[in-house]
Amino acid sequence: MDILKELQQRLLFCDGGMGSLLQEKGLGPGELPGTWNISHPEILVEIHRKYLEAGADIITTNTFGVDALKYNAHTEYQLEPVIEAAVKNVKEAIRQSGRQAFTALDLGPTGKLLKPLGDLAFEDACDLYRQIVDNGARAGADLVLIETMSDSYETKAAVLAAKEACSLPVFVTVTFDGRGKLLTGGSPASIVAMLEGLGVDALGINCGLGPLQMKEIVRELLEVSSLPVIVNPNAGLPRSENGRTVYDIDGDEFAAAMEEIVGLGARVVGGCCGTTPEHIRKTVERCRHLTPVPVTKKHRTVVASFAQAVEIGRDPVLIGERINPTGKSRFKQALRDHDLDYILREAVSQQEHGAHVLDVNVGLPEIDEPAMMEEVVRELQSILDLPLQIDTSDMEAMERALRVYNGKALINSVNGKEESMRAVFPLVKKYGGVVVALALDEDGIPDTAKGRIQVARKIYETAAWYGIAQEDILVDALCLTVSSDSRGALTTLETLRRVRDELGGKTILGVSNISFGLPQREIINAAFFTMAMQDGLNAAIINPNSEAMMRAYYSFRALMDLDAQCGDYISVYSGQTASLGQSAVRGQTGAAGNGMSGAGGSGSGTPGTSTSGTGGAAGGSGPGLGASISRGLKEQAAQVAGQLLKTADPLEVINQEIIPALDQVGRGFEKGTVFLPQLLMSAEAAKAAFEIIKEQMAMSGQTQEKKGTIILATVKGDIHDIGKNIVKVLLENYAYEVLDLGKDVPPERVVEVTVEQQVKLVGLSALMTTTVPGMEETIRQLREKAPWARVMVGGAVLTEDYARTMGADRYCRDAMASVTFADEVFGKQGSAGV
Amino acid sequence: MGFVWNEREILRYLGHRGQEVPENLMILIRGCEQELEDVAAPRAFWREYPLQIRDHVLDLGCFQTESRNLERNLKDCERVLLLGATLGSGVDRLLKRYGRLEMSRAVVLQAASAAMLETFCDEQNETLKQEYLKKGWYLRPRFSPGYGDLKLECQGPLVAALELSKRIGVTLTDSLLMAPSKSVTAIIGASRLPKDCTVHGCESCAKTDCLYRRQSAGQ
Repeated sequence: MDILKELQQRLLFCDGGMGSLLQEKGLGPGELPGTWNISHPEILVEIHRKYLEAGADIITTNTFGVDALKYNAHTEYQLEPVIEAAVKNVKEAIRQSGRQAFTALDLGPTGKLLKPLGDLAFEDACDLYRQIVDNGARAGADLVLIETMSDSYETKAAVLAAKEACSLPVFVTVTFDGRGKLLTGGSPASIVAMLEGLGVDALGINCGLGPLQMKEIVRELLEVSSLPVIVNPNAGLPRSENGRTVYDIDGDEFAAAMEEIVGLGARVVGGCCGTTPEHIRKTVERCRHLTPVPVTKKHRTVVASFAQAVEIGRDPVLIGERINPTGKSRFKQALRDHDLDYILREAVSQQEHGAHVLDVNVGLPEIDEPAMMEEVVRELQSILDLPLQIDTSDMEAMERALRVYNGKALINSVNGKEESMRAVFPLVKKYGGVVVALALDEDGIPDTAKGRIQVARKIYETAAWYGIAQEDILVDALCLTVSSDSRGALTTLETLRRVRDELGGKTILGVSNISFGLPQREIINAAFFTMAMQDGLNAAIINPNSEAMMRAYYSFRALMDLDAQCGDYISVYSGQTASLGQSAVRGQTGAAGNGMSGAGGSGSGTPGTSTSGTGGAAGGSGPGLGASISRGLKEQAAQVAGQLLKTADPLEVINQEIIPALDQVGRGFEKGTVFLPQLLMSAEAAKAAFEIIKEQMAMSGQTQEKKGTIILATVKGDIHDIGKNIVKVLLENYAYEVLDLGKDVPPERVVEVTVEQQVKLVGLSALMTTTVPGMEETIRQLREKAPWARVMVGGAVLTEDYARTMGADRYCRDAMASVTFADEVFGKQGSAGV
Repeated sequence: MGFVWNEREILRYLGHRGQEVPENLMILIRGCEQELEDVAAPRAFWREYPLQIRDHVLDLGCFQTESRNLERNLKDCERVLLLGATLGSGVDRLLKRYGRLEMSRAVVLQAASAAMLETFCDEQNETLKQEYLKKGWYLRPRFSPGYGDLKLECQGPLVAALELSKRIGVTLTDSLLMAPSKSVTAIIGASRLPKDCTVHGCESCAKTDCLYRRQSAGQ
């Protein structure tokens, strides 16, 4: 019997709860249920059999929470025999019942949170699941059921592991709260997009809620899912009675609610916590004769982050183009310096300006692109919730990024060349994603729309052969610069229309290319953008920091009935007083240059973005640079610094304005008249000024010498890094080069970098008593292998005495103390810098 | 959400000792409050267990421990409520984001989220208190692992017994830190005997030299 065939033809029934039944049979608090597979097989077989007699078709193994964290070489029972016994117990029950049924290998959450929020690495999570699936498949399970998942990232690890370890069907159910959110923030639409992309066979919801509370979420799942939907609720809502959790609805009530859920369209139903064979028996009785609602393909084009789904359809989607080094010397420098903060800042700024998706391109010949791509994707998804577009021609970089990406990505790009499709499509198939398909092939870019449509057709056909649906492809109609080909724009626009009308497909365009080589590029860009949207463009790769482009976007939506009551338009522009041609929206200015510009920033900005014409605070009339810094006024500080640099030398600005202000605030902090957030606001204002100075110096080829290099790390076991980050901000202000090793850093890593770079000063932070041993060990190893290095320590639980006992050179009670100590070590005082 | 903010508490966490609070800092604090209201997803879960105390060993129904401070706190109690609460992982992302990009905001968010968690726990506590009062039970101040001599190692059995990872998404790292970071566990005694006790949270801790200890009223 093939479960996928059965699933097409009829309703399938799952079993119900296990934990509470085992407790009734005497499972003690704190005892691991998995152990009973070996110690009490007769009880497990009996429970499974009761569910079979109640009518369940899918029996789950008692392996929820069974993994190598709980069963390993150091425990009484090992993983393999526990899983083997669990599968055997189900098979024995099926044999005894004389029924035909399926053995589902049950996988639950590990109980750990994945990095960076927790301490379990993504690949370690994959390994944990792979071991379970290996053993379960070998023991003869018919399918893998991944259930009760509340974190999309852990869910992805489990699905990947299951798919890599076996060829069994994979069913996945996740747990939503009453607000319809995963515990880590995902929505039904975002999780469905990810799971469909990963190629699971059925998906749904279990645990957390009773059937009544689940109805609304089930509706949402059914609306977006093209796969059969599974619904396994708890027996109502829990309450606590003498340390036991009891549930509030009986078999009849449960079955009545499940009948409605089947009526909505669920194809697999059963129970979770608190449900018993009685609940399942009544459900089977009421639902068995219902005609199942057919599963339909939804043909939606969706990308998703861990938290939100973005549908690409009639309403144009904006893809921010700024994370791309092409033509940006500052960005290239950031990549060479491994300055990820710079990249993150670009990301956040685009999000604030209205981007829906962020393109990520970190290709630079002299860096390790795959490693950088993976790292940037990890970092971006740990600080923002926009879906990402993985933009690379390096297949290793693409695969590594897709693997660690928490959601369903946009992939940039494939084209009609055989070689390209052969490399990219298997990755799209394995990890899921919507892929940008450039309408070009071995013969180059077709001159005509007809030629581009032909290439698009070929790409669709080949994709279909790989099992990739048309809705997961965005045709890039290609946009050649109009200054070299006067018909370029017309060809692109015709291609857009024909993909929409003849192929029923979706399109994407890197809009800014059109104006290459022309003055005032945004004028052309914005006009072309409007025309392209009018001709059906579904997704646009643009610079969302460009006011002209955003005006085109908001106007188009308002005029095309895509913005109800012009709500978005009004909310963005009602407060804007600047006249046309001036930039003032949301206080952001100075975003000179277009992302795709090869000519760099100078002279190609929006009219009015020069420092004199901004809508923000005027440069000449406010407080001076020193005052701006001591009052913590960031924008002001940057602006005044820019003004000063027109007449003064950079070093003069640093020494006469910035340093005295920083020193004054620092003294105030030490005296207690200024408190921490003020100190940091001043530090940030100084940093904003430094950033302007840095640009100026880079242009004139000047550099400022650093006072010295300092390593900072939060020690192994500790995942809190706020203290370390505060110290970093201040040290950088005072012209120290900081090598930030991050958090949860093993002692060996600290030693390695200290030795490798001959670093003179190491700062370590630990927050909890449980992590102080990690600090002690790091100091011990440093003393042994890098005896020249001085060590300063800090953190909530440390004291002067404690630090001395551990052998640290200095206990820093606050961030200023670390600056003072650094100045002692490097023998330099009173200077600051970039 | 209409959350009621305890701004005195936020300033205290920020190390405020009566200095003048500049206007732009107050604007920053209000901005952080708004951001937290949008992002935080407060969740709590609790269960009641029988309590037995023999030879200073506290049997909390699902695990045993020793702690003189907690023992004093649980005097005359027959039951305990074990509670887990969290603001969710969205707050951690926010903290990380600004920890990378805008440290002043990260520090204020850190303080504001700590205050938010405390207020959320107080609300949960108050609801439970009223509920139990109706049934003739008096609740004692809540007590958390790490307070006084109650070992942090209690976190393990507590988080496991309450199945906190499944219920509210709270997990422990190998070094017993809670993830998401803005989470707490607490033990609340239930007694048939009323006891006039207004001390809770910070004040019930025996670490009187703590840098962040709440100052008495008027300070």
